[in-house]
Amino acid sequence: MNWRGRWGRRLAGLGVRGVGLLLFLALWEAAPRLGWVNSTYMSPPTAVARALYLLSRRGELGPHFLISLQRVAAGLLVSTLAGVFFGIFIGYFRRLELYLDLLFQSFRQMSAFAHFPVFILLFGLGELSKTIIIFWASLWPILLNTCSGVKNADPVLIRSARSMGASRSFIFRKIILPAAAPEIFTGIRLGGSYCVMAVVAAEMIGATSGLGYLVLYSQETFNVAEMYAGIVSLAVLGLGLNSALHACESRFTSWRRDIRTGE
Amino acid sequence: MFKVRADRVGRCFPIRGQEGNRDILRVLEEFNLDIREGEFLSLLGPSGCGKSTFLNILAGLDDLDQGSILVDSEELKKHSFDRGMVFQSYALLPWRTVLENLEIGLEIRRVPRRERRETARRYLRLVGLSAFAHQYPHQLSGGMRQRVAIARVLAYRPNLLLMDEPFAALDAQTRESLQIELLRIWEADRKTIVFVTHSIDEAIILSDRVAVMTARPGRVKEIMEINLPRPRSEDIRNSLEFARVRQAVWLLIRDEVGKTRQSLRIRA
Ligand SMILES: Nc1ncnc2c1ncn2[C@@H]1O[C@H](COP(=O)(O)OP(=O)(O)OP(=O)(O)O)[C@@H](O)[C@H]1O
Ligand SMILES: [Mg+2]
Repeated sequence: MNWRGRWGRRLAGLGVRGVGLLLFLALWEAAPRLGWVNSTYMSPPTAVARALYLLSRRGELGPHFLISLQRVAAGLLVSTLAGVFFGIFIGYFRRLELYLDLLFQSFRQMSAFAHFPVFILLFGLGELSKTIIIFWASLWPILLNTCSGVKNADPVLIRSARSMGASRSFIFRKIILPAAAPEIFTGIRLGGSYCVMAVVAAEMIGATSGLGYLVLYSQETFNVAEMYAGIVSLAVLGLGLNSALHACESRFTSWRRDIRTGE
Repeated sequence: MFKVRADRVGRCFPIRGQEGNRDILRVLEEFNLDIREGEFLSLLGPSGCGKSTFLNILAGLDDLDQGSILVDSEELKKHSFDRGMVFQSYALLPWRTVLENLEIGLEIRRVPRRERRETARRYLRLVGLSAFAHQYPHQLSGGMRQRVAIARVLAYRPNLLLMDEPFAALDAQTRESLQIELLRIWEADRKTIVFVTHSIDEAIILSDRVAVMTARPGRVKEIMEINLPRPRSEDIRNSLEFARVRQAVWLLIRDEVGKTRQSLRIRA
């Protein structure tokens, strides 16, 4: 298949998937212009696009975007390291999971946002508490998915290797870890989207920068178009992060590609 | 010379009885079996009589409670580079290509990479799947997967090959062709094979001896020598000797399967 053909097909695919989005944008444009909703509270997409353009020309959008991205990246990095490490540990020693299960389930079910005031009390309003908030929100899906991936490694694969005299460490490195990889990546992707949610909340409390701050600040100053510009930027951040993680995932688990698409 | 000598082996599992009370399931009891160096021995017996349990113990995957097992006149070791097991469910690593799957046993033994590749290719050729070296297991049919699993364990070159109903999940034609293929490979180098199956025909066609087990608690009830000439082919199914042995084995098994049924009926 030639290069242009592949990209052509990708664009066509994007076109099909974008139908819903285009319809939504049209509706959004029409609503304030035709007076269905009060245009003071809802700017049409064209106005939002203009606000985006003006914001970036004034050099404000870029820094806000970057600082949010940086916070998300830092939080996700730490939660990935910690979540994968402890998830493997707990999944490998099943007994441990028995003791910790109820604790973890309660933490997971509790909204991460409920812990924000606690972190602010403990760590103040600075960068540290923001990173911890993001870390906390994304830790649980990563930890629990890693744990279940390690636990669900097919026992017959392990028995087959053991019958040939494989050591514990060999089985762990060459069988349990690769078997768990798909679930670990699912956890990281889930964690990534929790990060993007958490960063908004973190930046709405005592921050002076970031997209969350931009949204709240423009709302407070009645700069409605800029508020929507901030929201749209957050969506872009989330989509970008997700597709980056997705690309990373398919690189590591390429053997599953044709299972997923059913060949 | 015996490869394996199982002497009064016993194995039981703690289970929950009918009223949820603690109970003990005696799976193997007074299990005696001598396996000769280089022979092809099949284990036949009613379902649940402990065939897999015995194979697992031999493979170092399970412990015995009583008795002893000698391998090459030494106490059975839990860890050894001398055994390999083939399972009904193939047990191929889905994230590795066929060739990489063949290498896993050699990796365990720390064979250098180049030699690993070469050996893997050679054994893949032996089972006629060279064209599929770079496919993933899910891209193969069941019969091809089991060929890969067999090639994998052969590439590892164990002196004791354990096979737990390897062909049970395959259709009749694939099964017969794999039996003949296994015979051809085995007749070339005659490593000891312990082969568990439910098929009397399969056991007779493949084996030097067939050990028939009793219902649980399982022990060896009788051993039949199969004196059909080698190399064997599909045609021996039509021989008189085959029919005679088949009848004898069938009678032995019928009684034991009857006992299993009865005990199940009493429980139900
Ligand atoms: N880990 C275990 N815990 C409890 N019971 C077990 C365990 N392993 C096996 N058993 C029981 O031991 C008995 C024998 O099992 P085994 O798998 O050896 O039978 P089998 O002869 O291979 O049967 P089949 O022909 O159906 O494969 C069964 O009743 C099984 O329920
Ligand atoms: Mg069995």
